[in-house]
Amino acid sequence: MVKKKKNKKKNVKEVKGQLGKKKETAREKMIGQTIGYRYDVNLLPDYKKLTPFLKKYIEHMGWDDLNWLEDVHMGYEEDRPAVFDRNANGWVTIPKKIKLPDNQQDRDMIARELLVKFQMSPNHPLVDLKKAYRKF
Amino acid sequence: MANLKTSQKKTKAQSMGMHTEILTGKTQQKFFNPDEAENFFYWGTYDVDFNKRTELDVKDMDCKEANKKIDELMSEGYGTIVIKNPQGKHSLGVGILNKLNLIFEGSLGYFGVGSIDGPMVRVNGRVGWSCAENMMAGKVVIEKNAGSCFGAAIRGGDLICKGSVGARTGIDQKGGSIIIGGDAGAFTGFMMQRGRIVVLGDVGINLGDSMYDGTIYIGGKIGSFGSDAVEAPMTKNDIDWLNRKLKVAEMEENFDVSKMTKVVAGKKLWNYDALEPTEKKGAI
Repeated sequence: MVKKKKNKKKNVKEVKGQLGKKKETAREKMIGQTIGYRYDVNLLPDYKKLTPFLKKYIEHMGWDDLNWLEDVHMGYEEDRPAVFDRNANGWVTIPKKIKLPDNQQDRDMIARELLVKFQMSPNHPLVDLKKAYRKF
Repeated sequence: MANLKTSQKKTKAQSMGMHTEILTGKTQQKFFNPDEAENFFYWGTYDVDFNKRTELDVKDMDCKEANKKIDELMSEGYGTIVIKNPQGKHSLGVGILNKLNLIFEGSLGYFGVGSIDGPMVRVNGRVGWSCAENMMAGKVVIEKNAGSCFGAAIRGGDLICKGSVGARTGIDQKGGSIIIGGDAGAFTGFMMQRGRIVVLGDVGINLGDSMYDGTIYIGGKIGSFGSDAVEAPMTKNDIDWLNRKLKVAEMEENFDVSKMTKVVAGKKLWNYDALEPTEKKGAI
């Protein structure tokens, strides 16, 4: 009897653009460094995915849309999801207990919400700098 | 971004002894607290009311006095401030890190409303060079024309000019949207890194020269493409975004955005890496 070959399907999901999971180019392998971004920095936001917090923030500021938050995306730093805080000039890591959705649009909305909360918090690193160096 | 751990083995560059730099990221080791309280303004800024309105005549003030007065009015809770007689003064309305409705009844000089983070500004006249330079967030609407370097190094927000603008619009842009109702000059989007530029009219020569990333949409004729700027196909997402953004910019009248030309970076300039300087040294 001829044995049927079992087609074993690989269950490993490849996450687009995530560190260590995309195919590195020869140049990247040689230099040990990623060239370019690991997520789509030009992705335009899907306004159907707006969270209630972001809706409130837009209304409070009197804007018509996400405004500066259109350029905020969920990125990666040291193998972990993180958001770049332009005010502190550094990546802020997402806590492990927050479960991230599969698509970038939903992940980006979470990133935007967390970033606004972080920047407006009295625990933000710039608060100490402002206290020390503010001129007026 | 520089933390790719490829394998335990030495890379070719390392075995050649060229790889002396230790690549570390810029992490601050800061973690979000998901239970952070809802708060919509930065520490040290004012909670103003849009319905509380006042006027400020800056005819006999220099820019420093005028800017200080605007700050004082915000501290008193005024959320709508109308500036009378700006008379083309330079550096008016700069460094506002607050939500605010700011209206200029007249024209501004150089470096108007620079480094702002949040306010909605309307200028009922023209603006000089480098309007809204380093803008972080908010919305700025210019009713007439603007000079060169419009939105230089802008990082976020919507910057709108209903008329035409000079050369080097969005030079070194790092985010946000610049929307022009008329024409734009040469070197539009020069060294652009991120964000979007929309020009409904024509643009001059060297469009998007040396752009690293970002997107430019042009409605009219293009003088010429700059180095590494290439045409890209329009997607449904682009069309939806443009239709929505033109409404925000008060320019929605019968403009067929699907016929616009989309320009992006060819990414041929994406050859910077940490090893390059070492290699160049070796070659010398």
